[in-house]
Amino acid sequence: MLNRELIFKKVAFSSATLVLVVLVSIFTMLFINAKPAIDKYGLGFLTQSAWNKSVEVNITTPQTSSSKQIVKTTKKDNEADMNNENLFGDDTPILEDDDSDNNINTNTKTKTIFGGYIPIVGTILSTLIAMVFAMPIAMGIAIFLSEIAPDFLIKPVGIAIELLAAIPSIIYGMWGLFYFAPIIQNIFGGSQISLLTAGLVLGIMILPFMAAITRDAMNTTPSVLKESAYAMGATKFEVVKDVIFPYAKVGIIGSVILSLGRALGETMAVAFLIGSVFKIPHHLTDPTISIPVVLANNFGEASGDMMSSLFYLAFILFIFSFIVIGIAKFYFLKGRR
Amino acid sequence: MTIEKKRLIINKIILALSTLSALLGLIFLFWILATLFLKGLNALDWSLFTKDLVDGGLRNLIFGQFVMALIATIIGVPLGMLAGIYLREYGYGKYANIIRDLSDIMMSAPSIVIGAFVFAVFVAPFGGINGWAGAIALAIMLIPIVISTTDNMLSLVPKELREAGIALGGSKHKVILDIILKAAKVGLMTGILLAFARVIGETAPLLFTSGTNSFWTTNLSNAFPSLTVSIYNLANFPTDKARDLAWGASFILTFIVLIINLTGRFIIRKRKSK
Repeated sequence: MLNRELIFKKVAFSSATLVLVVLVSIFTMLFINAKPAIDKYGLGFLTQSAWNKSVEVNITTPQTSSSKQIVKTTKKDNEADMNNENLFGDDTPILEDDDSDNNINTNTKTKTIFGGYIPIVGTILSTLIAMVFAMPIAMGIAIFLSEIAPDFLIKPVGIAIELLAAIPSIIYGMWGLFYFAPIIQNIFGGSQISLLTAGLVLGIMILPFMAAITRDAMNTTPSVLKESAYAMGATKFEVVKDVIFPYAKVGIIGSVILSLGRALGETMAVAFLIGSVFKIPHHLTDPTISIPVVLANNFGEASGDMMSSLFYLAFILFIFSFIVIGIAKFYFLKGRR
Repeated sequence: MTIEKKRLIINKIILALSTLSALLGLIFLFWILATLFLKGLNALDWSLFTKDLVDGGLRNLIFGQFVMALIATIIGVPLGMLAGIYLREYGYGKYANIIRDLSDIMMSAPSIVIGAFVFAVFVAPFGGINGWAGAIALAIMLIPIVISTTDNMLSLVPKELREAGIALGGSKHKVILDIILKAAKVGLMTGILLAFARVIGETAPLLFTSGTNSFWTTNLSNAFPSLTVSIYNLANFPTDKARDLAWGASFILTFIVLIINLTGRFIIRKRKSK
């Protein structure tokens, strides 16, 4: 009898500790599985734009003191213009041609190289587009719900926004692909599946989440403060700008960063729309790829180097979103629950 | 123009823009729902519920998705509730706060990364995708949601109830199980419903854990039918028939998710109005 209390407490404590255990295991398992790729490519992985590309390594045989490496790229896939045109000016050389010695015996060895530069850029750009699109609208919705809407509208509109958040991401993807993308193409040209459509649909997806938590942050403003401003003759906009925003600033910034963290790891909506090609986008309307989409498309059949490279990408994404969400939680949203 | 006039005009413009934003949000919701209704109802047919995917139906997929979400709930709810109880009733120190923050972070962690983790632990060592791995991946997504709900709901239970229970001579765990949980019952149920609705619509953590299966199966150690993963595959299939099936499946999925969501909200509101 006496022990039941203790047992219950211990069980509850273990369950709570499970969170820590799971998080630490995610971290370690991703790292262990990514280890071969981390050892092989190091941090250069982050700036290497080739993915699953065969490279012929010609090792010079003569016993000169400096054994030189000539690396030639052969196109494995039909991604013809991948290395040549590079909008973002990454200068990672795949082609290290040595001009001094042309007539030496060489034995050729092919190896396949992997780099994460394109998906990393794709993830950042699509998230950025989503944020630029969603932030003003989410702010507008939050202002509407907290200050403008008449009482009979607050609840239904609030519920509608929350239902929008409950729709599974795969639905956003399908709707985006078949209905939203053609419209965007008509307006902006380019290809239907592109960085732009992926970013916009991603923005629509995080919109309700961002609006809901921004509204919650705004609603923490004491009504006494708002009422005194109104009593002084302030307009609604002035109350929002000079009373609510300064008061709820920290919470609002936290909400935005938290939404950013969510957008970074979103898979399905983006998978339908970003195009899934390993190409640096030159325009907003070009297709590219993001980290979650690389994982979604390749994990099933991967092995060897590709597998560990995928785990390397998953590891990068995990660390990245952990930091972003952590900043939002620890710094901005502390003690708000 | 006088300053007053300018202030009023700026005010009007901003208010109009905010209202437009809300309108835009509603337009997107209705646009998506209308698309689902039109395309989904078009594809909807009773045979979808009696045939398996291999014969052009969805029966095994709906069943599979439900089973995995249900197992995830059975695994995740007790663990999440116990953890939430620890945080609210026992944990006063730094440790509880750290766990609370970590759980919040886990709630927003990329679901595809959770899929990769479960792949490394429950798929690769066991020789292939299986239903258990899918259910576990969903459980990992569900636990932090349940923790946060339990934590919040227990915080709403008045202190006096706890004191009354202890004054009657109840031990702490008795008070928690018999009084506090009962007082928070409605809120907890709603939270569990919403958590269930959240995980049943997940795709990314299932892609390479459970995969999907065209055939009827109840064997969780094989590739297990998943509605969401199949929607992804079907939508990328270039035939109209596959796409229609994907729309039908999307309609059913969204219908289930939204009904569960609305039920949860209805329960909460009913309690509030009492």
